[in-house]
Amino acid sequence: MPWQFNSREAVYLQIANRLRGRILAGEYPPDSQIPSVRQLATEAAVNPNTMQKALLYLEEEGILAAKGTLGRFVTSDTEILEKAKTALKEQAMRDWLAQAKSLGITKEELIAFITKEAERK
Amino acid sequence: MSTPILVCTNLHKSYRKDVPVLKGFHWEVPRGRIVGLLGPNGCGKSTLIKIISGLLAPDDGTVAIDGELRSERSNAVISYLPERTYINAWMKVEELIRYFADFYADFDENVARKMLSELNIDVSAKLKTLSKGTKEKVQLVMVMARKAKLYLLDEPIAGVDPAARDYIISTIIGNYNPEAAVIITTHLIHDVEPMLDEFAFMAPGGKILLSGVADDVRAEQGKSLDELFREVFKYVP
Repeated sequence: MPWQFNSREAVYLQIANRLRGRILAGEYPPDSQIPSVRQLATEAAVNPNTMQKALLYLEEEGILAAKGTLGRFVTSDTEILEKAKTALKEQAMRDWLAQAKSLGITKEELIAFITKEAERK
Repeated sequence: MSTPILVCTNLHKSYRKDVPVLKGFHWEVPRGRIVGLLGPNGCGKSTLIKIISGLLAPDDGTVAIDGELRSERSNAVISYLPERTYINAWMKVEELIRYFADFYADFDENVARKMLSELNIDVSAKLKTLSKGTKEKVQLVMVMARKAKLYLLDEPIAGVDPAARDYIISTIIGNYNPEAAVIITTHLIHDVEPMLDEFAFMAPGGKILLSGVADDVRAEQGKSLDELFREVFKYVP
């Protein structure tokens, strides 16, 4: 299945987000090699140059590192990965909060709800 | 900078007097790019593609392929998928493979067979027994199995189902070589958008109205290429 993209954000950024998600979810573990540009581009049904741009973006973030002709690897620096994970979690929570705010949900309601949901588990 | 794979200079073409299809058309396509040539019906896309492929002669202007003026020799480096099928209905798929292998030195038979088998197409079938969509798939396989420098794909996905579209798009991405360029004309912009490097909107009368990097459109305009197309070529009721 080709990946789906929204029309508001550049495709390479959407790809980078998706790959970062995969890496942080452990699909590509630290220090493991990721598939080639061509393979990933074919899977996503996107232009190889766009895929390349997304991978370079993740390299700049330090999540990926190119090892010469060997290909690209997930960083072995777990601190960078932890930081990225925290950033991702916080972003998700900020998105929820923004939505809650737009619906007029109060802080008390939110806390009560989260507590109730957590206890159900 | 290497020379562009395609340079169109001042192309003029009309089929009837005083009804120009192309009127001083200029266009350059660099190597290694997948370019979408997009425009409303009748704007001259297919005419342009036919001129580049050598099927039509322009009234005026020049086409340069791979740094040389278009000639018989250019045909060896161009792989052209016309909007209509031209393959012989009486042939079997197997015979068509051999036909292409004979005709084009750059045709990779193994690549063609692999793609046909992935698409579950029986090579012993006669072409006339195949559905319209399957015939289109066969033809595209033949075109993409060449190691050409310039692929001209005129409406490559219009006649096939969405699953086959996905396969075809992956095939184009997976098979073109980075030194080659692919020009795709289509109305199905949404489907091809993520695979494009660049796009050109062609307006009736054969002018490039707008062109650029496909992925920049989202960031700069906050809309997809498909949405931009609908806006630019909107018909006012």
